Amino acid sequence: MQPVSPFAFAVFAVVKVGVVFTAILLAVAYMTLAERRVSAFIQDRLGPNRVGPFGLLQPIADGIKNVLKEETMPATANRFFFVLAPALSIIPALVTFAVVPFAAPLPTPWGVVDMIVADVPVGILFILALASLGVYGLFLAGWSSNNKYAFLGGVRSSAQMISYEVALGLSLIPVIFLAGNVTLTEIVWQQQQLGMWFALPLSLAFILFVISSFAETNRLPFDLPEAESELVTGYHTEYSAMKFSMFFIAEYAHILTASALMATLFLGGWSIPFWDGDHMFWYEGALISGFSPMGEPIPASPAWWKTLLTFGAFCVKTSFFVLVFIWVRWTLPRFRYDQVMHLGWKVMLPTALTYVMLVAGTILLLDQMRVGGILFGAALTAVSGAATLTFVFVVDRDRIIGGSARSVPRLKGD
Amino acid sequence: MAATVKVVRRPEAGKTSYLRATMKGMAVTFKHMIRPSNVTLEYPEERPEISSRWRGTHVMEQHADGRPKCVACGLCPTVCPANCIRLVGGEDDMGNRYPIVYEIDEFRCIFCGMCQEVCPVEAIHVGVHFENAEYTRDRFIYDLDRLMEQDHPSTLLWDPSDPASE
Repeated sequence: MQPVSPFAFAVFAVVKVGVVFTAILLAVAYMTLAERRVSAFIQDRLGPNRVGPFGLLQPIADGIKNVLKEETMPATANRFFFVLAPALSIIPALVTFAVVPFAAPLPTPWGVVDMIVADVPVGILFILALASLGVYGLFLAGWSSNNKYAFLGGVRSSAQMISYEVALGLSLIPVIFLAGNVTLTEIVWQQQQLGMWFALPLSLAFILFVISSFAETNRLPFDLPEAESELVTGYHTEYSAMKFSMFFIAEYAHILTASALMATLFLGGWSIPFWDGDHMFWYEGALISGFSPMGEPIPASPAWWKTLLTFGAFCVKTSFFVLVFIWVRWTLPRFRYDQVMHLGWKVMLPTALTYVMLVAGTILLLDQMRVGGILFGAALTAVSGAATLTFVFVVDRDRIIGGSARSVPRLKGD
Repeated sequence: MAATVKVVRRPEAGKTSYLRATMKGMAVTFKHMIRPSNVTLEYPEERPEISSRWRGTHVMEQHADGRPKCVACGLCPTVCPANCIRLVGGEDDMGNRYPIVYEIDEFRCIFCGMCQEVCPVEAIHVGVHFENAEYTRDRFIYDLDRLMEQDHPSTLLWDPSDPASE
């Protein structure tokens, strides 16, 4: 099984870009429907069920409506940035998906094609870089609108994104420790080799990553930049029609990408649990499925049905997290600004730093003791489990959501 | 679905949590998500059950030969608190009184049902019906023919099996 020739690679790359882009936009359209219907079920309503069977054509109706609506431009807005901002917020959300592997390599008559748009060697760093770009779209939208509510939304979004990027980055460091690499294909491979998903041996990193992802995607309980009850709709108050739609698509594309990342980094990506047949990785120019006890690479046998099955597994894991995003949104109320800052800097950051130290120390210790394989994973799971329980039951006692009010000494009789 | 009041005690300081409380909250919302207690009535397809004592659009009862039962006594326009009934009475060769004009302005009507209560010949009734949307305002003034055309059941002002409302 050989990789494809450079020419075929270019052709397949173009095809993959087209297919993945279309699939994401389609998924985003149906996520808006899922959001509305799930929220309706949670609130004992029915949700949109009029357009097509079960409301399945609702996204198309919404799309037509948004295209046909009037585009408004505030008289005092900065024209250039006002138009640029929606594009700036949608592009990072879509581009991040490029480094996420979504299925096992597919064998074709021209060679084996990787099911990833761009297997860039800097994987996680690329994601972190683009995640920080997303804030420009929101902030420029808020600033260029020349509207106080939009501006406050922009300020909040930048403060929040910067605060939680630190915790996001730190929660990824244990993953890099375990995988030994930053490419997402290798992270999936290492989870297959370890025999368990990173969510187990790195449970606290997983929790921290989920929390900071909620902040990075501006979803409840972190939707202060939008905050419709205080700021109209925050940074996109002045936007209408398709430009507003772009922010909407960007928000859902962010959720999709964040869900795909959680699935890839912590739930084994496209690999199917308890099955060795889908283990595939490029090792020195050959596709291998593992190493024999002697250290010899075992060639892998890719097949189209394996690609299909692993893609199914990836979709299931990703949609689970999408559902969690929606589910949490309709469960929790919004934080106050000071609570967000308190959680970001005084809880998440110290916890993430401590946890990085803990994981690094444990891995060093296990390596020194020459513990490998499943025992290594089990030991790390025990240590992380203890850390997680400490976080949930000891640290999270009247402290996580304290805010500035907590630092004021209590009055007598309070 | 009866509304209930649940008193939530404030937790003691130092005993609150966020993550555990979130899990609890998510359990609650999950229960609703998989088994929504469906209170929505999908109106055009599903119809509400209206009480037989519902007072809605009027109905004029008629004799078997198609004449209105109304004898133009003038009691209903007199008793009507909203003053929405216009009645011009006439008398035929036999000396029977009949309405020449009988109009009810459904916009002014407050659906108190007093016209039905006061009618000595049980001609005018309020009806078990509520869908009377129209495209123009003048369509809301129902004339005699229109009142006789209404085919919905007329309101029971009391339960015939329990006339004293016991």
